Amino acid sequence: MTIDRQTVEHIAELAKLELTEDEIELFAGQLSAILEYVERLQTVDTDAIAPTASVLPLRNVLRPDEARPSLPRDEALANAADQAEGQFRVEAVLEDV
Amino acid sequence: MLTDLTLAEAHARLRAGEITAVELTQAHLDRIAALDPQVCAYLIVTGEQALEAAAQADRRRQQGEDAPLLGIPLAIKDVLVTQGVPTTCGSRILEGFIPPYTGTAVQRLFDAGAIMLGKTNTDEFAMGSSTENSGYCTTHNPWDLDRVPGGSSGGSAAAVAGHMALGALGTDTGGSVRQPAAFCGVSALKPSYGRISRYGLIAFASSLDQIGVFGRSVEDMALLMNVIAGHDPQDSTSIDAPVPDYVAALTGDIRGLRVGVPREYFVEGMQPEVEHAVRAAIEQFTALGAEIQEISLPHTSYGLPVYYLISAAEASSNLARFDGVRYGPRESQGAMWPTYKATRGHGFGAEVKRRIMLGTYALSAGYYDAYYLKAQKVRTLVKQDFDRAFESVDVILSPTTPTTAFRIGEKVDDPLQMYLSDVLTLPASLSGIAGVSVPCGFDADGMPIGLQITGAAFGEPTVLRAAHAYQQATDWHRQSPAL
Repeated sequence: MTIDRQTVEHIAELAKLELTEDEIELFAGQLSAILEYVERLQTVDTDAIAPTASVLPLRNVLRPDEARPSLPRDEALANAADQAEGQFRVEAVLEDV
Repeated sequence: MLTDLTLAEAHARLRAGEITAVELTQAHLDRIAALDPQVCAYLIVTGEQALEAAAQADRRRQQGEDAPLLGIPLAIKDVLVTQGVPTTCGSRILEGFIPPYTGTAVQRLFDAGAIMLGKTNTDEFAMGSSTENSGYCTTHNPWDLDRVPGGSSGGSAAAVAGHMALGALGTDTGGSVRQPAAFCGVSALKPSYGRISRYGLIAFASSLDQIGVFGRSVEDMALLMNVIAGHDPQDSTSIDAPVPDYVAALTGDIRGLRVGVPREYFVEGMQPEVEHAVRAAIEQFTALGAEIQEISLPHTSYGLPVYYLISAAEASSNLARFDGVRYGPRESQGAMWPTYKATRGHGFGAEVKRRIMLGTYALSAGYYDAYYLKAQKVRTLVKQDFDRAFESVDVILSPTTPTTAFRIGEKVDDPLQMYLSDVLTLPASLSGIAGVSVPCGFDADGMPIGLQITGAAFGEPTVLRAAHAYQQATDWHRQSPAL
């Protein structure tokens, strides 16, 4: 599997990563090499094998539905780059209409 | 010197009133001040708080208290959140982040009286095998400053090897405590998945991440495990099972222990001195009364590709939270999406971006079945290898790494070569089982060699017993670098 520049740009868009021209070139080559290496998994017969998402035999772990104290709002906001009126402030999501 | 004591020895002297926690802590801070400019094991040294905590520990002891780690100075890997103390994961994207809470494992250490000397260097978000991926500095191996300490918990390993802490916490996702322990000539344990709460461990790959311990002896690790192991309602993947007394497990007796030696772990390209040292260690086990048998773990060679697909996929999801909104610096571009991309594009280093890209690709439409699901299925086969092996053996012996520590800069341009240094630790991580690395020799350049002892899930007592018996019969773990 060869990863070309367009694919790198598409993945970077999905992952919300700004890449430089040099990084795009570099990652195209390196991701191609890594994908070529992992290709060996295709030779393993897994038709009758269930996937492992977790090694633990746990299913849903529940706790009593009781209100508990949470992190105080000012502490939760203390590391934010921007905040207003007790909330995180983000930049404009929608363009002007 | 006080910094030459093991954790167990220091604890005994504190108890006997022969030394104070302030003296012990000051001795470590002095050594850090003298040596760490060359080693760079620590990203931040919390000297003032450490001395305050030490004075408090001394007061508590005077009042008759005797907590399990009262007055013991330790190092904490900088992926574990600590209230009021900066936590960066070795990443610029968390520069200046001051956590509002302390994670469970670290809190348990504090509750037991331990003192934090500082936060140790790591490959960015624990992704790497050398600490060269840290956004701040590369840690140098105390045995040879031109070589890497291993990674990702290279700072913790170097701190313990350099006698700049009596013990340390690290984290292990694919070998990140065992591999640096092997490279730095110290002992490390990766406990079974679910044994230690991950609450407050900043997530890399959630199905694999596990907090581990470093010490200069197996006994020291057992003392730390007795404090941090156990169920935590804050982590739904921590198992609600009784915690054995790990120190009591160190009987020194391994007569009749069934030991497996997997033929697949003596890989092509392995440094001959590594194989030689590990074969000699196996003979030592025979001399101690263990029963050795060759075994096969046929899917070993698939561990690396499985690991890189699954861990990258989980990382791409976990690291989506770093967007400059709730923590970390923001690179404002005037609108949300461009700001996210700039913040992440500039805040993450090359390896983290590479893995986010790989993980995003493996999870993306059209490729999920071929990569991610396929890797999860082969993971099952890797795990079944161990399930089968542990029907006939109690522990598995192997090298921890195919080579000793490599030179700084040697592998940075070739990610696949770097990944290969973890090839012998990855299968146990994928299977969620327990494993230690203990020193078992040196190569011709004087670099330490690690022996990996792997046990079944929740088999820590057996693994530690085997490792301890080996240390009772050998003195590799007592060797220290001439810094």
